[in-house]
Amino acid sequence: MEISPIFFYLFAGVALAASAMVILKRNPVASAFSLVMVFFAFAGIYALLDAHLIAAIQILVYAGAIMVLFLFVIMLLSADVPSFDLRRAHPVARAVGGVLSLVLFGFFVWAFKNSPSPAPLGNFTAENIEAAGGNSRVLSELMFSEYILPFELTSVLLLAAIIGAVAIAKRKQSLPTEGRRK
Amino acid sequence: MFEPNLYFWLTIAKFAVIMTIILSVAPVMAWVERRGSALLQNRLGPNRIGPFGLFQSICDAIKFMFKEDPVPGHVSKFYYSLAPVVSLVPAFMTFAVIPFASSIEIDGRIFSFQLANLNVGILYIFSIASLGVYGIIMAGWSSNNKYALLGGLRSSSQMISYELSLGLSVIGIVMAFSSVHLNDIVAGQGEAIRQLGPWALPEWLPIPKWGVLIQPIGFIVFLTAIFAETNRLPFDLPEGESEIIAGYHLEYGSMKFSLFMMAEYTNMFVASSLITTLYFGGWHGLHWVLNLVPVEGLAREWTRIVLEMAAFFLKVGFFMWFFVWVRWTLPRFRYDQVMDLGWKVMLPLSLGNIFITALAVYYGWM
Amino acid sequence: MLVKPKKNFLQRFYLVEVIKGLGITMRNLLFAPSVTIQYPEERRKYSERFRGMHYIKATNGVENCTACMLCPTVCPAECIHIEAGERPDKEKYPVKFEIDVLRCCFCGMCEEACPKDAIKLSTIYEMSQTTRQVYEKDFLLEQRGNK
Repeated sequence: MEISPIFFYLFAGVALAASAMVILKRNPVASAFSLVMVFFAFAGIYALLDAHLIAAIQILVYAGAIMVLFLFVIMLLSADVPSFDLRRAHPVARAVGGVLSLVLFGFFVWAFKNSPSPAPLGNFTAENIEAAGGNSRVLSELMFSEYILPFELTSVLLLAAIIGAVAIAKRKQSLPTEGRRK
Repeated sequence: MFEPNLYFWLTIAKFAVIMTIILSVAPVMAWVERRGSALLQNRLGPNRIGPFGLFQSICDAIKFMFKEDPVPGHVSKFYYSLAPVVSLVPAFMTFAVIPFASSIEIDGRIFSFQLANLNVGILYIFSIASLGVYGIIMAGWSSNNKYALLGGLRSSSQMISYELSLGLSVIGIVMAFSSVHLNDIVAGQGEAIRQLGPWALPEWLPIPKWGVLIQPIGFIVFLTAIFAETNRLPFDLPEGESEIIAGYHLEYGSMKFSLFMMAEYTNMFVASSLITTLYFGGWHGLHWVLNLVPVEGLAREWTRIVLEMAAFFLKVGFFMWFFVWVRWTLPRFRYDQVMDLGWKVMLPLSLGNIFITALAVYYGWM
Repeated sequence: MLVKPKKNFLQRFYLVEVIKGLGITMRNLLFAPSVTIQYPEERRKYSERFRGMHYIKATNGVENCTACMLCPTVCPAECIHIEAGERPDKEKYPVKFEIDVLRCCFCGMCEEACPKDAIKLSTIYEMSQTTRQVYEKDFLLEQRGNK
């Protein structure tokens, strides 16, 4: 599967620019909008790789649900104060952060340079998937047969998280009113 | 060298037709909404300009275009201008995978009446439709107005709540037809129902296997959820004139405002197409006319396509009218009622529907 | 106080009620006549006693008014302004008779107070203007009704 280079550079460029916007924007809501753009660009790249299901899920779950929830919370808390001001950071913190990010970047470059090329392909090549009836069919068949245990475990984990969140929220509400007033 | 053949021109024509239909939905629906609401309320509505007041929409459009486009000083300009576009584009994108007629064979190639046949089908619709809320949130937030912000907040929470039941209610359909391809789902609805629970139905009974008949609970949940997703009454809390003035588009005027209106009507169109495709047999329903028309060969095939399109758009038209009809019948829910309905009624109902459908599929009742 | 109306099972279910409501609106669309009055062509029929645009009644081309000042006295909005004068035959008459219709509240008390049956309120209700002018005597002398 050849990726059309124009679209790849387009989506990658948008992803990079939007990622930069996420950390450079002062307002958290604007950052969140930029993050949605990042997700969208990633979904475009996934779709270019013929992974339509992953692309759809990427938009549906990350951009469509999680970021909406994020935005909801940000706007509800009215966090209009800038989350992080680079100019007020300590010089040492700035220096350490810069060095660390450079090291991380170097590590990534090193990892990509030294990875075996082309990457080893498993059973699930684009042709095999197409022959077996498309992304969603193959993925769901695998998920509900071979990987049923991890799938169920994940759902139990999420359920535990939900119950935990409800429990925490409920306990706060049952405090006496004097205790809540600041 | 690229040689444009008939197939190529047909594809171009298909795009042109679809875009024309989608773009003309907003003005026509604006007229239908105004006339329809008037007639439902024993009034007449706009009836001066053109036959039945049909040209009122054109006048509105001209007014919208030539009106001053004020940008309030307190908004954040970039996102303020971006928001109408962000709400309109997903509405346009969603229609791409909806089949509005079956396929036809031309020059040995299958020409399908659908802009794109993705193998994720319905997931694509949901993923793109879930982006529509960003336009509203962005508008609400960038307007820097407390009412607009409230509208945006309401919209986001409403979307999150009802997207769940929307997705889960469609799972039943996906299970019943064992496909996420909209083409397969529509094709499956062309067959007749042979099973009613554990009992087999007689062969001569021509009940079509439409989604609404085999998934009644799923259909009710889907219909409710799609009303909430399109922000139409009784779920138009993001606008809520009497509470938060106009909600998210409070600070908008002229063409920017009309883009929001267009987005709403386009969303309605897509929602109606979805209801038709998933629950009312898509383009099925007018094939019997084919036996009355004495045409043969390719002409017969084209007649079939025309009939299918007619059936599809008739059904879509009915549901568009249904949106208007419901809007002028039901009052707006209170906010807590919306949340209660979403989480305490619709979500358990859709989960129960999945369970029942799973049982039915397992025992071969479907 | 919030009073929750008692609902039976079907009403709690809500769906049936929604369908009933849809039936009611559709019935209105199909069978109920429209109540719209198409204004410039059709006009609402008002009562004979409707209090609209003012006029001064004239007999044989001469206004009935004798400038007795009862109407400006009784007027609660103080919108009538009269300057009295004498005719050669020693008859009193209004040299100026102005009604500031922007202030007028159309209570009709001038009409009731008038001993000479002179000031009248006609049934004309289309009184919009593009300027803020008062009604002059000449304008008021047009006979707009037969009260």
